[in-house]
Amino acid sequence: MKKGMLRRILNRPELGALGGAIAVWLFFAVIAGDQGFLTLRGTATYLKVASQLGILAVAVSLLMIGGEFDLSVGSMIGLTGMTMTILAVEFGMPIILSMLIALVLALVIGFLNGYIVVRTGLPSFIVTLGTLFIIRGFTIGTTRLVIGRTQLGGLNEVPGYRTIELLLASDITLGGVGFSVSIVWWLATATVVTYILMCTRFGNWIFGAGGSSDTARMIGVPVQRVKIILFMLTAAAAWLVAMIQAISFDGSDVLRGQQREFFAIIAVVIGGTLLTGGYGSAIGAVLGALIFGMVRQGIVFAGVDADWFQLFMGSMLLLAVLVNNFFRMKASEARN
Amino acid sequence: MTHSNLPLLETLGIYKSFGNILALRDISIQVYSGEVLCLLGDNGAGKSTLIKILSGVYSQHKGSYFVQGEKARFNSPRDALDRGIATVYQELAIIPLMSITRNFFLGSEPTKGKGLFRRLDMKLANRVTREELAKMGVHLKDDGRPAGTLSGGERQCLAIARSIYFGAKILILDEPTSALGVKEVDVVLNYIRKARSRGLGVILITHNPNHAYSIGDRFMILTHGWSHGTFLKEDISFDEMIAMMGGEGKHYLSEDK
Repeated sequence: MKKGMLRRILNRPELGALGGAIAVWLFFAVIAGDQGFLTLRGTATYLKVASQLGILAVAVSLLMIGGEFDLSVGSMIGLTGMTMTILAVEFGMPIILSMLIALVLALVIGFLNGYIVVRTGLPSFIVTLGTLFIIRGFTIGTTRLVIGRTQLGGLNEVPGYRTIELLLASDITLGGVGFSVSIVWWLATATVVTYILMCTRFGNWIFGAGGSSDTARMIGVPVQRVKIILFMLTAAAAWLVAMIQAISFDGSDVLRGQQREFFAIIAVVIGGTLLTGGYGSAIGAVLGALIFGMVRQGIVFAGVDADWFQLFMGSMLLLAVLVNNFFRMKASEARN
Repeated sequence: MTHSNLPLLETLGIYKSFGNILALRDISIQVYSGEVLCLLGDNGAGKSTLIKILSGVYSQHKGSYFVQGEKARFNSPRDALDRGIATVYQELAIIPLMSITRNFFLGSEPTKGKGLFRRLDMKLANRVTREELAKMGVHLKDDGRPAGTLSGGERQCLAIARSIYFGAKILILDEPTSALGVKEVDVVLNYIRKARSRGLGVILITHNPNHAYSIGDRFMILTHGWSHGTFLKEDISFDEMIAMMGGEGKHYLSEDK
């Protein structure tokens, strides 16, 4: 009984990421502890960075457990942020309405991503690599056509801005330090996604679709529908991140969100989700994003040039894959 | 054996082609409750095309298909499942990284609660999985472990037990005994006997005539998409059956049954 319990814990996909998060935290606590990493303010900084990636990573983890990739989420941030800003600032639409239109746009593109993937049977890696450039190119081209520039500010003068700011870009003061409200959105999405994954039929279908889509289809899971919905959910998460960023910066830039697709995948993989689908967790993605935030800000606190950040993240990714592979092999060996 | 009752499943003159290639020619089969129909034939004989039609993956170009006397037209495996036809492919029996319980209920999960709070009833799911597998002779200590940790025979058993629990009346088993050890083969054949004694109609696809002859009630031998006809066990000897199979079957002639 005790052994079963231990094995169950060892089998959890996020175990490696939990160990990793503790190790990274300890590392920076030692080398940057007296430069502010350990303070509440320091914690608030890295949690803010982690939260925006985390919202994306949580949705991407669902999609990857379902066996697919979405490389277009970064471009989607640029597109939906700019769409909302142009509609609100240039066309004078109410901010809520501009946000909703941007959301509908995201859902339509997410649907198309999914539809193309399930209809053609092409790898989603290729399909969304295509849409990554299509969406980015469209955003840059159209924005320049409409407003003659590639950046647009002035959201803070649009009516309704204050309410939305309170919801998406305010700070919550705890112990005299402002914590970004995006942390709340991060934890809320993670909770909802974990509930979907572990406690609903749809969650079971996601595991099935990713684990073996043929088997799942054979026993009656609507695999294609599941996958299309997952693409729509990642697009919606990209929209939420875009809204948070646009409101925080009072405007948008067509290049916003670049490389986010890769960072999200890195966070998800560090979190123990299998690249081939069928196995993983949203809590792992939360931890993966947390590691990302701690590394990104920890380097700054430690006084190391931020140039080294990418090297650090890439190495973490490789290490995580090796560790996770080892644990998964242990978990799925036949036992007698 | 005579049957006053209707066959559970019946096809009349089924044809199927892929481009210029005629995969099935004029195939008629009947499957009765409490009987095992063995579908024998070499690779490429049309066995898998036929079961894909029966299970709703393909549809035939010509011919009719009846389930319990009613005409059937399936657009997906789900449609076939809803009419009580469950198919178990050896390679696709389970999803290795999902737990045994989650595998058992995949696609038909029990839920409790309403609306947004409609959620999986894992307690019920675990209990039913344990009970149903125990009926087939597999006793689980930990139903939360990944199904990939089950042996080859237990995987087939899980898939068969699942089909029976969800009301399958016809079980189509694709090569359930290939790539299994001798002991495991006996275990799987015993599950099939149990399914038969519970009144199911079983279609067993195999290229191993020994396994087929030890369990089958009727035999249909396919070569190049064409059927040699259906034979009751008392009407065909093991050697005659192998002679019809040709090719691969000859290896089995030297062994005695």
